Formats: sequence, C-alpha cells, structure tokens
Amino acid sequence: MRWSRALGAAVLLILTACAPSAAPTDQLAPTSPPEPQSVRVMTHDSFDISEEVLTAFEEEYDARVEILKAGDAGVVLNQAVLSKDNPLADVLYGVDNTLLSRALNADIFEPYESPMLEEIPDSLELDDDHRALPVDYGDVCLNYDKVWFQEEGLAPPSNLEDLTEPEYEGLAVVENPATSSPGLAFMLATIGQFGEEAEYSWLDYWSDLRENGVMVTEGWSEAYYEQFTYASGGSGDRPIVVSYASSPPVEVQFSEEPFEEAPTGVVVGDESCFRQIEFVGLLRNAEHPDLARAWIDFVLSETFQEDIPLHMFVFPANENAELPDVFAEFAIVPDSPVTLDYTAIEENREAWIEAWTETTLR
Amino acid sequence: MVGLPPFSLGRLLMYGLLLSFLVLFYFYPLGAILRLSLFPEGELSLEPLTALFRTSRYLRTLWFTLWQAALSTLLTVVLALPACYVFARYDFPGKSVLRALTTVPFVLPTMVVSLAFTALLGPRGLLNTVLMQILRLEQPPLELQHTVFIILLAHVFYNYTLVLRIVGTYWSNLSPQIEEAARMLGAGRWRAVREVTLPLLLPSIAAAALLVFVFDFTSFGVILVLGGPRFATLEVAIYRQTVHYLNLPLAAALSVIQILFTFALMAAYTQLQAARSLPVELRSRQLTQRGPQGWSEMLLVTGNVTLMLLMLVLPLLALVQRSLTLGGRPSLAYYRALFRNPRGSAFYVPPVAAVRNSVTFALATVALSVVLGLIAAFLLQRRERGSSSRLGDGGSQDGGGSALRPVWRTLQGGLDPILMLPLGTSAVTLGLGYIVALDEPPLDLRTSPLLVILAHTLVALPFVVRSVLPALRSIQPQLRETAAILGASPWLVWREVDLPIVARALLVGAVFAFTVSMGEFGATSLIARPERPTMPVAIFRFLGRPGTINYGQALAMSTLLMLVCTVGFLAIERFRVGGREEF
Repeated sequence: MRWSRALGAAVLLILTACAPSAAPTDQLAPTSPPEPQSVRVMTHDSFDISEEVLTAFEEEYDARVEILKAGDAGVVLNQAVLSKDNPLADVLYGVDNTLLSRALNADIFEPYESPMLEEIPDSLELDDDHRALPVDYGDVCLNYDKVWFQEEGLAPPSNLEDLTEPEYEGLAVVENPATSSPGLAFMLATIGQFGEEAEYSWLDYWSDLRENGVMVTEGWSEAYYEQFTYASGGSGDRPIVVSYASSPPVEVQFSEEPFEEAPTGVVVGDESCFRQIEFVGLLRNAEHPDLARAWIDFVLSETFQEDIPLHMFVFPANENAELPDVFAEFAIVPDSPVTLDYTAIEENREAWIEAWTETTLR
Repeated sequence: MVGLPPFSLGRLLMYGLLLSFLVLFYFYPLGAILRLSLFPEGELSLEPLTALFRTSRYLRTLWFTLWQAALSTLLTVVLALPACYVFARYDFPGKSVLRALTTVPFVLPTMVVSLAFTALLGPRGLLNTVLMQILRLEQPPLELQHTVFIILLAHVFYNYTLVLRIVGTYWSNLSPQIEEAARMLGAGRWRAVREVTLPLLLPSIAAAALLVFVFDFTSFGVILVLGGPRFATLEVAIYRQTVHYLNLPLAAALSVIQILFTFALMAAYTQLQAARSLPVELRSRQLTQRGPQGWSEMLLVTGNVTLMLLMLVLPLLALVQRSLTLGGRPSLAYYRALFRNPRGSAFYVPPVAAVRNSVTFALATVALSVVLGLIAAFLLQRRERGSSSRLGDGGSQDGGGSALRPVWRTLQGGLDPILMLPLGTSAVTLGLGYIVALDEPPLDLRTSPLLVILAHTLVALPFVVRSVLPALRSIQPQLRETAAILGASPWLVWREVDLPIVARALLVGAVFAFTVSMGEFGATSLIARPERPTMPVAIFRFLGRPGTINYGQALAMSTLLMLVCTVGFLAIERFRVGGREEF
C-alpha cells in the first residue's frame, strides 16, 4: 500500500535524525571489554588543558576523563545546585570566590582534605571545611594601550582615582557587573578600596566615573574587542579597559609578531585589582568518588598546575608550579589585591549591583 | 473536505507522535522547573513574587519588550515587502545567492554581528569616517552604540530573511493574472496591489510577522550586546534572575508571563488566520517570474538589491575583510592559525570537525522538524466549518462522531498556538528544566547530544509549520475533491496534490530549520554536554580570550560559518521533492 511507504519513509527519516547522535557516542567508548571507569567533570566554557595532561591522568588510573561544559561559571553552578541529588558529574571545577557562598549554602560539595593542599598557600584557602579547594587565581585589573598613551603624550593611570581626572575623560570601558564576571570583580575592587561607609564611598567613585564618561558594556569580549583601542582593530576608541593582570602576556603569546615588551599595561597600584580564586570540589552523591578524589589531587599537582597559565590564562594555586616563560617575563602580579569576605559577596551581591546600576546607568 | 476521516488510525497516530514529542521535550521539563521554582515546599510561595509588584521595573521591562518588538517587526516587514515583490515577480542574475546571503545573519552569534556593526557604525566606523570627511567634522556625527536605534537595526538585520522567504515564496506562487485582471478593470498599479494582492498575501505576511515578533519579543543577545546595559527585555530579566541571583521563583514568574503573552498572541493569530486564508490558484514559478523590463522595473529591482546589499551584506563583508587583514595588510594568517594547535590543547577544535558537528546537528534537525512539521501542518490545515462553508466547501463531509467533534476541534485549535510556545519560552528556563526533568532512564538525556537535536527541533518546528501552512490552506478544495472522485486514496491525494504544491514552502521551512540549528539557538548552549563543539561554540571560545590571533580566528571561523551556511541554503533550495517540477 502506498501509505505504508510514506510511513516507512517517515520512520526512516526519524531514524536518520537520531543516528548521527548515537554514532559519535559509540566512538568515544573504548572497544576493549573491561570498560575503564570514568570521572565526569562539569565546568565552564573557559576550561582548557593540554591533551597530554589529560592523557597522563587517564593512563595512570586506567580511567577516562569526561569534561562537561555548560555556559559560564554561574550557569554551571546553578546546574550543580539543581541536580545535587542526582549529580551530572563527579567533580565541579570552576566555582570562584564570588559564587563560593552560593555553592556552600546549597551544600553541593563533599569535604575532601587533599594531601596536595599542603602545596597551596593558606591565603587562597577560603573554606576551612575543605569542601571547595583552591585551584587557580587571577586578578581583574585595569589594562591600558601603551602605544596610545605614548602617542598622546599622556601618562597611563596609576590607580583607580586617576580615572575620575579630567585628562582621562571618556577613556575607560568597563563591564556590567550584573552580567559579566570581570565586571563584577572590578566593582568589588572599588568596594574593597573605597568602602561602603567612607566619606567618599564606592558609589561616589562610580558617580564620578559616570561624570567622566565611563562606558559600560555587557561582557568582556565587547569591551575588549570592540571598544579597547589596542584590540579592536581600529574601531574602538577606549584605551583603558577592565581585563585581567594576565592579559598582557597572553597578548604577547597570541600574536603573529614578536614583542620586546607587552603591548598593554596593567594598573596594579594600591588595591586597584580584585583577586578571583577558582575552586574545585567533589560533588555529593558522585558516582565514582574515589576516582574523583584522585582527579582532584591530580588537578592540584604540578603537572596540571603548570599547564594552567597558557590554557586558561590564570595563575596556578600550587606554589611549586613553575610559570611558563612568557608569564614569568611579562606577567605582573599585584602585591595587594582586594579580597572581600566571600559570604559578604553573596549576601550583598544583589543590593550592590542594584546600587551600582542606579548610580552608573539610570 | 477530503482528507483522512477524522478518527482514523493514521490521524490518531500522527496526533500521538506530535503530542508525545511536545509533552516529553517541552511540557514535562518546563513543568518540572516551574514546579520546583514556584512550589519549592509543595506549596505556592508568593513571597518571592512580591518583587514583581514592589517596583514598576518589571512593568517597564514588559512595556519595553513589547514596543521594541512591535516596532522592530513593523520595520522589518515594511523594509522587506518591496523585496518580496521583486523576488516574487522578477528573475535577475545572482538572485539565489543574494537570497542565501540574506539568511546568513540569522546564524551569526550576536557578538560577531556586534563586531561588524561597530566596524561600520561605531565612533570610528566606516559611516562616521565618511561623514566626517564629507561634512568636515571633528567629532563623529552619529552615536548609535548602545541606543535603541541599533537594537531596531539589528532586529531588521536578523529577521529580514523571515519575511523575504515566507512572503516572497508565497507571493511567487500567486498568479500575476489576478493582479493583471484588476488592472485591466481600471485599477492603478498601487490600487491593484493594495486591494487585490495584499489581501491575498495577508496569511503569509501575518505568519512571517508573527515569527519576527516572537523573535524580537524574546530578544536576548541583541539587547544585551548591542543595546548595552541600559536595556532589558523579559528574556534578559529572566536570565539575570536565574544565573546571577539564582532567584528561581522570580525567574519562573517572569517566564510564565512571557509564555502567556506568547500564547495569547498565537491564539489570537490562529483565530484570525483560520478565518482569513482563502484558497487561491497557485502557479509554478516559471509562469510568475520574468526579467525586469523598462526603466521603472529596473529601478525597482536595483533599488531593492542595493538596499539589501547595504543593510544585510555589507556587515558580513566587514567581517570577511577583517578576517583577511593582519596589521593593515591582506593575510591568511588567521585561517592558517585555525588549523594549528600549538599548545596541544585537549579542546582544540579542528575547523573540519566544527563544520562536521554543526552540519550533522543541523541536518538531523532538518529531518526531524520537516517530518514533525508536515504532520503538524497536515493536522492543522482543515479549516473551521464556518469559513469553509462560506467558500462552498462542505465541512459536512467531516462526518462521524458529532458529539466528539467539539473536542476534536478544540484539540486542533489549541495545537497551533502550542506548537509556537517553545519560541516564546526562555532558553534558561527550559535548559534548567532539562537538567531537572530528564535525569532518569530511559530519558536520561541530560548530557546526551540527542538533546541538542530535540531542542533545536522544538525551535525549528514552528518555522516549518508557519512556512507550510499558508500554502497548504491555499490549495483549492476542488483539486483534492477531483482527485478523490477519480478514486485516489487520501494518501495519494496528499502525495500527488498537496505535497507538490507545498514543496517550495517546505523547502523554506527546511532552510529555517537548518538555520536555527546552525545558529546554536536556545536552551542547548546551556546544557552540560561532552565535547562536540560546533562552529558558534568555537567562535565563542576564541572571543573569550585576549590576543590578536584569537580575535582573528574568531573572525575566520565566522567567515567559515557564513560560507557553510550559504552553501547549505543553496543546496537545500536546489533540492526537489520527488523530482517533480516545483511549484
């Protein structure tokens, strides 16, 4: 009958629709009969590491590492919170100190006192119960275009206050703390430096910045690649941008031309940066907790830690990890970055962002 | 009306298939996340919802969401209609390539579009530089960044293709003789268009406008990236409440408001549509199109083509040009860099793999949504008795089970708006719904790539339905009746009468399904999944880190995405259903 052929065609089409998705899954699975265990790691989109390092772990433990990525750190954490009874993964990599309190309140982590913690400075360890273990850190600071300032004959800013001076009018671009992680970090830096109660509070500072024509973009990419004079291919007109202290060495690394010195500079003056610390943790109800602990130890070990800077552009938490040449040569680590109590950040986040929005945008 | 008898096994099967797809992958996950958000302890807690009414902020957000969407839709339709006419009535060299290019914006990540717009319209962009030279100005005269104007412009840029394809295709099937007859009877050109053609086109214009409106209504990236931090739509508010504050109750409430608005709009539209569509005589394209003759037709065609080139193609060219320039000189360095993995990253995406992943997901989405879309359109095509009897077609032939008929009709009436709901649903909400709901075997799909295809299909389905339905409804009932009288079975009628006539509209739907998937739409970017990166994912990755090479690679990958899509669109358009002469 004719209609059976039509129905057959429909079924076939549906099958084809499903087929390509099934095939690659099979490819991933090893064909040898004793299937090795696998450890699942959920993380944000910026996670990156060398193949070599992953393989080192997989060979040592005869296991597979499966990395699940889903959006930014906030999205990943929310997924972990919502699926905590039946977790998507064994390990969560990449909760930072601005989100730590939410993770701990939701009780998604199982404590694990890794022996590797000995190699990590106490200043990075925020959770005394070892539910979240520090794995890397990076400082959010103002970056500036060196050539632009040279050509204009203007000294680059040396601290946060400089941005409110008339000669820096209309020069800076920052990210919205409501939607951007470096934006939030920079707002926290101003709160740390100026304080909430002082005569000249952080909101007074932002009100002055607004007067002085600060530009606010939604995220880091728009600020950096559209507005920042150095990186926008000529279309931006802002020589000062909120980025990371590690951005200059990364610019050197990812350039076609060799550099004598980094093309961009960092304002590291007194408390003008905010330190973001990233954590890794064992998820409650993990399917393979032992392997997950082994993975956490591995992530904190020198092999993994030394691979971090050139893949994720942040600094290793492990003191013994050696920095790659380009970081050793071009990176600047601020002496006194702002750190705020992580519980205060979660408690006040909404109110602070509200106040910031009111002052800077409305 | 000829078709399957209303209670046949085939019809039941089709309803079953379609509804189980919607229930499993839309209503169930959505319901799960809404219940978790609004009834955390098993009871509705109103406490977190007071924020909705405490300030007028959300009312203002809703108002902004509505008016910017309405204005964007109006602009898009008004700007695209003349081009629809040109594409429907004239043949000119480069037509299919131009049509393919106008669809490319639809797949581009907002961030990339934003780069192009800044290069053209920013303070140091092409337009301002030219204006400064001509007018001898010191300062750039146009400040468009972070204004509502650039939001409107971007919405036109993205959605122009929806109107061009849906209305243009329908128009090209309308016999020009109807209009010619009106003119012979003494109507001027514009009067003939206004009083004869436009009413006939209305179903397709309404279908296209509806899709454009829903897209603008739920706009996210354009608002955030191009509009800047001062603007927010409901979708943006939902995202912020969910991701940044984990305020699920408030986010859920906003989501429900957004869905209800979408549903109300769809329901109103469905009512209007069923009453308005008229059967018309459709003609094959060969009979309706010719080359432009005389200076006024030439002017009309070149004018429209120029506008499309400036508005839609120039931004694409700006990206291509940048991807080919290093330090002011032409260079292929960024393209070469795409093929290198200097630090041996485990997450390096070879361009070939990115293309393969994207195309695989897209083709699977096309296949699934075309099948489901045809089923849906078939179930929806039967007109209400009132309108059909007016046209002399007996709704009486529906026959059987008169007591059940109202139920049947409600089901049919409700199906259309329901199919459209996924478009109006916040991606974050649905994405979290998948995490919460699809976590047990046999439906443990949380980390399965199958979920990507299912979610893309959910969004693509309305496009197929909206493309096909106007064409299907315009088929003269006599055609089917004649076939039936001559002894054709319902399936044969469908295959030999309906399918050839809707073939071109179906291809339009297929192009959109392909586009939706290539553009990495919706909830899928928020699903945790193993590494199977698509082109948009690779672009985001490059743009997330500093360094000229990363920036350049993002542009090079974007150019590749445009290229693959253009080729894809052209290939789909060349496709002939059943090898028949197309209509």
